[in-house]
Amino acid sequence: MNGDGILDVQDLSISLIGEGAPVGATDKVSFSIGRGEVFGLVGESGCGKSLCALAIAGLLRAPMAVTGGRMMFEGRDLNTLTPSALRALRGNRISMIFQEPMTALNPLMTVGDQIGEMFVLHRGLGARAARMKAIEALEQVQVSSPERRINAYPHQLSGGMRQRVMIAIALACDPALLIADEPTTALDVTIQAEIVELVLDLCRAKGTAVMMISHDLGLVARICNRVAVMYAGQIVEERNAGAIFTVPAHPYTRGLVEALPRLGRRLERGQERLAEIGGVVPALRDFPTGCRFAPRCARATAACAVPPTILALSDGDQVRCVHHV
Amino acid sequence: MFNILLRRLVQAALTICVVVTLVFVLFSVIPGSFASSLQADKRDVSAEVLQRLEQELGLNDPMPVRFGRYVAGLAQGDLGTSYATKRPVADMLSGRIWASFKLACAAMAFAVCIGLPLGFFAAMRQGSWLDTATMTIAVSGLSVPAFWAGLLLMYLFSLTLGWLPTFGYGAGGMSHLILPAITLGIAPMALLARTTRAAVLETLGAEFIRTARSKGMSEQRLVIHHLARNAFVLVLTTIGLQFGSMLGGSVVVEKLFAWPGVGSLLIDSVGNRDIPAVQGTVLVIVLFFLLINTLVDLAYLIVDPRIRYR
Amino acid sequence: MKAGANLYLGGGIILSVTLLAICAPLLAPYHPVTSANLMYAEEPPGAAFWMGTDEQGRDILSRILYGARISLFIGLAVQVMNTIIGVSLGLSAGYIGGWWDEAVQGLTNLMLSIPTIVFALALMAVLGPGLLSLLIALGMTDWAYSCRISRAQVLTQKSLNYVQSARTMGFGPVHVMFRELLPNIGGPLIVVATMGIGSAIMAEAALSFLGLGVVPPAPSWGGMLSSAREQLMVAPWVAIFPGLALFLTVLGFNLLGDGLRDSLDPQGRGRK
Repeated sequence: MNGDGILDVQDLSISLIGEGAPVGATDKVSFSIGRGEVFGLVGESGCGKSLCALAIAGLLRAPMAVTGGRMMFEGRDLNTLTPSALRALRGNRISMIFQEPMTALNPLMTVGDQIGEMFVLHRGLGARAARMKAIEALEQVQVSSPERRINAYPHQLSGGMRQRVMIAIALACDPALLIADEPTTALDVTIQAEIVELVLDLCRAKGTAVMMISHDLGLVARICNRVAVMYAGQIVEERNAGAIFTVPAHPYTRGLVEALPRLGRRLERGQERLAEIGGVVPALRDFPTGCRFAPRCARATAACAVPPTILALSDGDQVRCVHHV
Repeated sequence: MFNILLRRLVQAALTICVVVTLVFVLFSVIPGSFASSLQADKRDVSAEVLQRLEQELGLNDPMPVRFGRYVAGLAQGDLGTSYATKRPVADMLSGRIWASFKLACAAMAFAVCIGLPLGFFAAMRQGSWLDTATMTIAVSGLSVPAFWAGLLLMYLFSLTLGWLPTFGYGAGGMSHLILPAITLGIAPMALLARTTRAAVLETLGAEFIRTARSKGMSEQRLVIHHLARNAFVLVLTTIGLQFGSMLGGSVVVEKLFAWPGVGSLLIDSVGNRDIPAVQGTVLVIVLFFLLINTLVDLAYLIVDPRIRYR
Repeated sequence: MKAGANLYLGGGIILSVTLLAICAPLLAPYHPVTSANLMYAEEPPGAAFWMGTDEQGRDILSRILYGARISLFIGLAVQVMNTIIGVSLGLSAGYIGGWWDEAVQGLTNLMLSIPTIVFALALMAVLGPGLLSLLIALGMTDWAYSCRISRAQVLTQKSLNYVQSARTMGFGPVHVMFRELLPNIGGPLIVVATMGIGSAIMAEAALSFLGLGVVPPAPSWGGMLSSAREQLMVAPWVAIFPGLALFLTVLGFNLLGDGLRDSLDPQGRGRK
């Protein structure tokens, strides 16, 4: 792990606090993100990746709560900051874009006001100045005639346009870290690539690190420097983006890679269709005691009944499997 | 925006036409209503006199003719002549509409001032004692008969404490208005508290609230700029509908407090089987309801851009 | 958690009221009508008359017990009529669609734009006083919600497999509507109907209070309150107890309806 990381997450545990004993949703998740780095967090829905994102942004709501671990952001422990110090960080140094641009914007506020709000909150600007900055911000996300669009309400914009507005909001204050939670999943395939490029270009220009959360290993491997794969609340493999694609170490990652359709790759003889991983992700309360992937794993043996520890590979890569490749 | 407005107006006009026809037909197909209205008065009238009276009132003409006359009269603001008082129904109503309107407004003010904050704070502190108390008040308020609540209030504030007059209109001042307004406002207050609570909870769970939180704003700003208005939009319909249906509730309350409004006229007219007066009052009440609904639609145009630019 | 409380509390109230109504002849210490005796007029509550007597010397407790029979009977009968009208219109509108749907929706909106009690009063003016008029007036005026709910439910259920397969098997529209659809949309209808009984009881009481409902001297809770205002100073118990009975009964139906809805739809947030 590198020391000059802007975000250093250690042993983060998030639990569902309800009636009875807390149920662990993530188990000692650790990773770190360097300045300006593009970091990918991959996994199926329900694996806990979005919970990690919300925990970092301080947006976890009951019944979910952080129950252990440390999140160091720019050298400060997010768990010990006062609410007002956290508010000063949120949106300003750490910002977030969400999956569903249709519902993530306030339907009764013009997009100009929603973008301008960032400058009011974190730069202390007045309404007029904030409006001017909002126009600039819209221009940056390549919205045409921003001085007109500034007065539009979200329902008047297309999905792609709304996501651009979300990006403008998130990057308005040049944050150090942008958390993008499945930012393109809800969009048309044709504009997904455009939006991803836009985010990456802007973040590169502003020196903003990106934490890209996605279920799409192909996308993440293509755009990220490092990738962590989560399964059932645990990180099972953290690798260089190139390596994870070519030589996946964890059986789960291998399954994900094999399940990817690839352009130009013919189906091999005898392979009728794309590979898939048998079985389903276990529910929160039924995580296996040993290796959590073992019930679905072709390589599982008796040794997998013991919880596997993290093994270090070369280059700071790591994997949580006794049978890794 | 203009189209919507126009459509609403056409709809309202259509509803009025249907109601006018319905009100007319309802009271015309039943034979002998006029005769029985006289019997209700315990007036012994010979058959010839009855026939002459019916002739005079044009009750023996064929129905289309009577309907035409009725509609033509309506167009000139003529609601017919009361059997009971022999006065034009429009005159009888004109003084009472103001009294009823005043009562409905005061009751709505009470309902909004109590119900909205109750529902709001209950939602903000979901599961707290305040929430439980609000939900209890809401379900009780919806179950309590207005005339009983009115009697209890009257007993407490007028007879026992002597703070307020028991009933009547007085000189039109506040003191006579308070008890009837509270009585009439209890049910809408309860419903508003409940609707507001649900609306705030629904809005709190909305994704744009999470977005707003991710911007790093204070709870206070979140509530004022993002929560309140969105929740209010959900409540507005209830306010409008309650305002309209208040004229229904006011029938009982006006009777109890001897309030000289449209509602008490309706009851007296039903009791006397004074058909023209019943027709007129029902028509006025429905008109009022439609008017309020149209105003609520207009209000939506102002507060909700999703409707404004469609 | 809270849904259960509503359900049991409401159900308990309704069960008690029903039992009291059924056993009224056994429980009532006096005859509700013929026990009038001006010697005992306006007696305060005490050992002989637990809830006091009214201005004619009739025992209020006895009248309340017998009044429960009238309230429950009218509430049930009215709601049955409303449900039949509302469900028939709503089912057919949703199932057949087209101009019939438009017409039914128009009619429903019209009904909703006239306050129920005003409509009922107008009908009473036409029909004249009496129990039958009362039943007709209330039974024909408050079906809009049942209609809307059944229509909405049909629209969502219509395309589901079981309906499609019943159609394919050659069953006619009446069979599909009443034998296939109705049992599957029963839940929300029961909620509406439960609350509807409460509002029907309230409406009957209001009309009787206005002197246009149950004809005296029959013991109706609303009717018992109609003369209470004049005696409020000397005999407040005349106002208190019948109203309390009415309030608790309506509360019972509302709680039961809330509880039923919450247990049928655990995700629902209690919106009407």
